[in-house]
Amino acid sequence: MNLTLYVWRQGGPRDKGRMERIEATDVSPDMSFLEMLDEVNEKLIREGKEPIAFDHDCREGICGTCGLVINGIPHGPGERSTTCQLHMRHFHDGEVVYIEPWRAKAFPPVKDLVVDRSALDRIIEAGGYVSVGTGRAPEANTVPIPKRDGDQAMDAAECIGCGACVAACPNGSAMLFVGGKVSHLATLPQGKVEAAQRVQNMTGTMLDCGFGNCSNHYECEEVCPKKIDLKFIAQLNREYMKSVFKKK
Amino acid sequence: MILDGKCPSGPLKDKWDTHRQAMKLVNPANKRKYTVLVVGSGLAGASAAASLGELGYNVEVFCYQDSTRRAHSIAAQGGINAPKNYPNDGDSIFRLFYDTVKGGDFRSREANVYRLATVSSQIIDQCVAQGVPFARDYGGYLVNRSFGGAQVSRTFYARGQTGQQLLLGAYQALSRQVKAGTLSVHPKTEMLDLVVVDGEAKGITVRDLVSGRIDSYAGDAVVLATGGYANVFYLSTNAMGCNVTAAFRAHKRGAFFANPCYTQIHPTCIPVTGTHQSKLTLMSESLRNDGRIWVPKKEGDNRPPREIPESDRDYYLERKYPSFGNLAPRDIASRAAKEVCDEGRGVGQTGYGVYLDFADAIKRLGRKAIEERYGNLFEMYELITAENAYEQPMRIYPAPHYTMGGLWVDYNLESNVPGLFVVGEANFSDHGANRLGASALMQGLADGYFVLPYTIANYLAQTVPGKAGVDHDAFQASTRDVQDRMQTLLSIQGKKTVNEFHRALGNIMWENCGMARSQESLNQALQEIPALRDEFWKNVAVPGQGADLNQELEKALRVADFLEFGELMVHDALNRNESCGGHFRVEYQTEDHEAKRDDENYAYVAAWEFKGVGQRPELHTEPLHFENVELAVRSYK
Repeated sequence: MNLTLYVWRQGGPRDKGRMERIEATDVSPDMSFLEMLDEVNEKLIREGKEPIAFDHDCREGICGTCGLVINGIPHGPGERSTTCQLHMRHFHDGEVVYIEPWRAKAFPPVKDLVVDRSALDRIIEAGGYVSVGTGRAPEANTVPIPKRDGDQAMDAAECIGCGACVAACPNGSAMLFVGGKVSHLATLPQGKVEAAQRVQNMTGTMLDCGFGNCSNHYECEEVCPKKIDLKFIAQLNREYMKSVFKKK
Repeated sequence: MILDGKCPSGPLKDKWDTHRQAMKLVNPANKRKYTVLVVGSGLAGASAAASLGELGYNVEVFCYQDSTRRAHSIAAQGGINAPKNYPNDGDSIFRLFYDTVKGGDFRSREANVYRLATVSSQIIDQCVAQGVPFARDYGGYLVNRSFGGAQVSRTFYARGQTGQQLLLGAYQALSRQVKAGTLSVHPKTEMLDLVVVDGEAKGITVRDLVSGRIDSYAGDAVVLATGGYANVFYLSTNAMGCNVTAAFRAHKRGAFFANPCYTQIHPTCIPVTGTHQSKLTLMSESLRNDGRIWVPKKEGDNRPPREIPESDRDYYLERKYPSFGNLAPRDIASRAAKEVCDEGRGVGQTGYGVYLDFADAIKRLGRKAIEERYGNLFEMYELITAENAYEQPMRIYPAPHYTMGGLWVDYNLESNVPGLFVVGEANFSDHGANRLGASALMQGLADGYFVLPYTIANYLAQTVPGKAGVDHDAFQASTRDVQDRMQTLLSIQGKKTVNEFHRALGNIMWENCGMARSQESLNQALQEIPALRDEFWKNVAVPGQGADLNQELEKALRVADFLEFGELMVHDALNRNESCGGHFRVEYQTEDHEAKRDDENYAYVAAWEFKGVGQRPELHTEPLHFENVELAVRSYK
């Protein structure tokens, strides 16, 4: 099939940027969306033009590197999938496809479709961990953990840190991302000790980085490739409340 | 030269303890005077960096990804081994040690493997304490599953995302050290050279992938945790960015490369569909706990799988290896799949595929139990193939996945270049000629959490901190070399894209140095690779400039190194006139097509010294001594 792409091109952070029309020809339905872009890039290079810059790495939906807004939807029209797992069978011949980068105040543009997501690392550095040095751990089965809690922690921990939730949110909020980590650790006995300080530090850094707050649009869960549940934002709010009382 | 692995003497089970007593220490107040450069942030790199930071060293971490959390360890699915013996099924440190040595086809170092088996239980403790949500039973205790090459259940897992959860644990530990101020991270920064001062590794030269700037960093030791080289095949289960550059640059600066021909072709990957394909996707080995592998008995049987009755199916792994069945080790399962496909009994459009069938397991356990165990894998399979594996069998085929070879290191994980340490997949040390499932995560974390922090101290304690700064001549020369290479690539302005060259190289390697190799095919590769390399340096098209984000330039630099490395791999495969593990030379096989080792002549580690591009590398050997296991024909029947 043949597609008409409108792709966001931006030479660098200072460049204003624009949508550029590019034709994608002979697209196979078995290709992934990124493989389609690979072919487009090959053609651009052969024509002596600059290829489209986009981030990607594992191409199996787990590293969280890739992320494009396709026809207005972060990661595109696929269900529970990252951009790299989206296949061209979701598109039809002659379709017009708009491709843009994540847009959020906390994700400054780098080039074309690449943005800087280091703010997510800064949030984890603020407290998204259990303070246990190498060698200090007790025997693994010392503390039994109810299966339900373990499963729930895993549900929250599955986040791949791609930032689609931020890109989808009208407020550019990272609360699903933060809620995932806060809930993962607060649900487990190992993480409870520092729960209050952790939620304070992480949410504080989140705001400092320029992310907004949640006002219940629920767009984040919809586009999340791992379908991290909104209930973790509720848990984040509860943990935050608890920490406020604990502080006093 | 005969290399010395520096394994401590004494009884096997006391070696590591004795060695730890003998190693020198750096006093707590002096640790912050030492800078350690860690390249790569996967399980080995992140765990090493976090542990060194906790100890008080000044640590600098480099990775090409935009965050340390995205290293390719994240994609490991199935699990991590440890001989906790929780299932009470007779596991022990010795059994894990023995399984690993046997699984590696008796081509690994006994002392290393025993140490690995010993510290592996501590890894589970550490990860649980970090909050890694391993699977648990209703009593709240940890559960295990089985992996290939073992008859006990010793694999710990977090759904089908064990690598992700372990890496996030290590990443979080690393992030904690960023906050503590002992560690700084340089994301989107790729190592392009090793700086050697007076024979010792004292720094690296890197390219900032966003600004394009070339910089050098000086340190008191360098740790490479840069993963494997399976992308030499172009199509592999590795991430697109995985490359051999850091390791190969170190090799060109004097570090020996060991056993590069030991490559692991994983039996259960989604088959190739077309030439547009950019990578292959693994379906976890854990699926072989419940899935049964089969092909039609008759050649060219095109009936849909559900219409083929039991009597017309060949469950070839169960037939050939009754005691291990579908859980035969990876090298054996891969070769068996190739064999049935070569006989014309493969399935799918290309004929290069076999069925992995869950119908029996679903009948026995119910669909829900299968969903709970492998739900995310079935989903991933459906996303890629648009087929529902609950209703029809998966189609799978072997694909390059892991590389057992790597930079040569001694028992201290130190290469022959003093001060250069190599951990995780990047070194060659623990898996011999074939790695068992769930052992890569184990090795990466063992190296990083529990081995390197001790052994690196032994080196640092004997050096003066801050010996050479970036103003030293060696740093200047390295920066110039890197810049020249980059400028040359940009100035060629040829007609063929980097991908075209990479695909061509991958094809040469897969056809001639893949699952089966012969003297003839290897000699063929030795003709084709240099020719392709020459063409690359004359006709590659790298658009843009060096002074900003330029992804084609990044790829070109990596492929340029693969084009040299591929030749090294072929030399090694040609030298090893035997079949063992992942290295299968068709000339050396038993009557029933199993690998035929030659212990008399090849029970050694082949470590190669770089002698110039296109020159035959020089072979050095480290003899392997087996004092605790008997060299036996590896049988899984």
